[in-house]
Amino acid sequence: MSTLEIKDLHVSIETEQGTKEILKGVSLTIRTGETHAIMGPNGSGKSTLASTIAGHPRYTVTSGSITLDGENVLDMSVDQRARAGLFLAMQYPVEVPGVTMTNFLRTAKTAIDGEAPALRTWTKDVKAAMQQLRIDADFAQRNVNEGFSGGEKKRVEILQLELFKPKFAILDETDSGLDVDALKVVSEGVNRAHEAGNMGTLLITHYTRILRYIKPEFVHVFVDGKVVEEGGPELADRLEEEGYDRYAPGAGVAVAPAVQA
Amino acid sequence: MTDITTEKARIGAPSAQPFIDGFTEEGENLSPVNTGTNTSTTSEQPSAGPLAGASAKSHSHGGGVGVPDSSRAGRLTSYTLEDFKALTGLEEDWRFTPLRRLRGLHSEALTGTAPAVTVSAPAGVRVETVGRDDHRIGSAGIPEDRVSANAWAGFKEATIVTVPAETSLESEITVTLTGAGTDAAAQHIVVVAEKFSKGVLVLGHEGSAVVSENVEIILEDGAELTVVSLQEWNDDSVHASSQQAKIGRDAKFKHIVVSLGGDLIRVTPTARFAAPGGEVELFGLYFADAGQHLEHRTFVDHGQPNCVSNVLYKGALQGKGAHTVWVGDVLIQKNAEGTDSYEKNQNLVLTDGCRADSVPNLEIETGLIAGAGHASATGRFDDEHLFYLMARGIPEEVARRLVVRGFLNEIIQKINVPAIEDRLTEAVERELAATDN
Repeated sequence: MSTLEIKDLHVSIETEQGTKEILKGVSLTIRTGETHAIMGPNGSGKSTLASTIAGHPRYTVTSGSITLDGENVLDMSVDQRARAGLFLAMQYPVEVPGVTMTNFLRTAKTAIDGEAPALRTWTKDVKAAMQQLRIDADFAQRNVNEGFSGGEKKRVEILQLELFKPKFAILDETDSGLDVDALKVVSEGVNRAHEAGNMGTLLITHYTRILRYIKPEFVHVFVDGKVVEEGGPELADRLEEEGYDRYAPGAGVAVAPAVQA
Repeated sequence: MTDITTEKARIGAPSAQPFIDGFTEEGENLSPVNTGTNTSTTSEQPSAGPLAGASAKSHSHGGGVGVPDSSRAGRLTSYTLEDFKALTGLEEDWRFTPLRRLRGLHSEALTGTAPAVTVSAPAGVRVETVGRDDHRIGSAGIPEDRVSANAWAGFKEATIVTVPAETSLESEITVTLTGAGTDAAAQHIVVVAEKFSKGVLVLGHEGSAVVSENVEIILEDGAELTVVSLQEWNDDSVHASSQQAKIGRDAKFKHIVVSLGGDLIRVTPTARFAAPGGEVELFGLYFADAGQHLEHRTFVDHGQPNCVSNVLYKGALQGKGAHTVWVGDVLIQKNAEGTDSYEKNQNLVLTDGCRADSVPNLEIETGLIAGAGHASATGRFDDEHLFYLMARGIPEEVARRLVVRGFLNEIIQKINVPAIEDRLTEAVERELAATDN
């Protein structure tokens, strides 16, 4: 059982206009086996939270903490975080020219496990995982994400999730840009990883659509860099009907105080 | 200037010292090196950095209207050394080259012993050593600069390698030139791919040499030929190599230059279409370490209709004074309708104190073409590449090497000959290993 704990996190970025605070005090605790959905309108800071957990250099933590089983995540470099068991499925996976998927997957798996995977089983595992995600076998020889469609890139992110077996998966708008079929395939992948029993999931999404396939126990609504409302799956249903408008400034909705589940 | 060359390059960080002493943004002020007449240059560094100005002016490099240099078509070609004036370093095609380091290739008679030639070839291939009067010499090209003409004046015998008509070679031909010392020498190689033949030739350069080399490559109708020119000289070597190819009807030519070792290397591949329907690919890979000058000037002359050309050169630079130059000329003549051409150069700068010059030139004299494009990009590590790999647990150093390897692999992957790909991968690995020291 692992715990990822985010406490009163404040994050800012440097812009041409100066320093801008994006996250204004976020607290969140995720445990193994739990699925948390973070929902919110564009620009609310959802993706910033994801990138900050992964350690993207663009984001500066000004106060607060992130710990993984008590270890200070903010002290770790990007690669150390990944080796500690955090996985970020990226919203816009980059193309890495000249590096084949096969080489990349093996290099990453070796780094995460601290030893090279046994060649025979590894090749078999990769093949099986690709098949389940309906990724063509020839992708293994292609360069990382190069020329992949949006849906293919997302499937390859989930492929890594299944192969690397992290303690916590952060899915940054993995559903955006996917058609229904791809959404199902990707969701099945996440659910498989979850059912293996050693993972907690932070699902960041703008839409409720993916929640038909991945069932969160907890839903957090993000507005303007803060969690403004929290609840169970029923909160997602309500968002589907009402949208985010009622959280807009001046909408006059009494926002329930954010209580950690 | 502060000395910060030992500092690891930070991705995305602006370079504190993007210039090499004595070099300005435009390169003309190489003169302290070449002629001693120019002003000091370090105070003229623009605050915008080395890229903005260079790219903005890259189309004006040919000089003004009426100046012979203004079109590649107007460049002097001659078999006679005396037709070329003594070099000053201000010439369009020499302005990036430190003449002082040419060790006389441009100014002395080339009387040194030429690098020894050894050829290993599959059965059927003809290998001959011939005198200057052989009729095949001079059939693919006329010297385009003084150093090439000097070699023409100075070579004593030539090696001619012929792939016979309608022969598909099962393995590659390897021509190895082993330097015999650093007295300025001349070399001449001729490669003939006869009608409908198919083959791969590796031209390896190793040892120590100061040599000007002319390589003539003839592709007869329907021939398919790959030539890999591999420069793995010792550190004291100086090498100028004019490699001119004449492309017959429907012939396919793939040319790959790999420059890794040597003090100064200047390779000038030229491809000319002699008939319609030809295809040319010019690829290049270079890795410049501290103090190395690696220069590549490609020229594709579209003088026939319905031909295709693609040029891609990629380079990495590391260490103080590492200097690379790529100048890509593409000329689409008036009668070259249906031409499809593209050229691109990409450089990856790994440390401070390096300089990459990149000048894509495109001249188009007809509008009836399928395509013509040119591109150039010089940059440091892409932050996002590094982040992506590190977010998968890969340590920074491993990720960097993966990215450099990947960057250069794009060229190696074009070769399609496993044995050579492996050899080049190893060579790149050695360069990368040197990065860690």
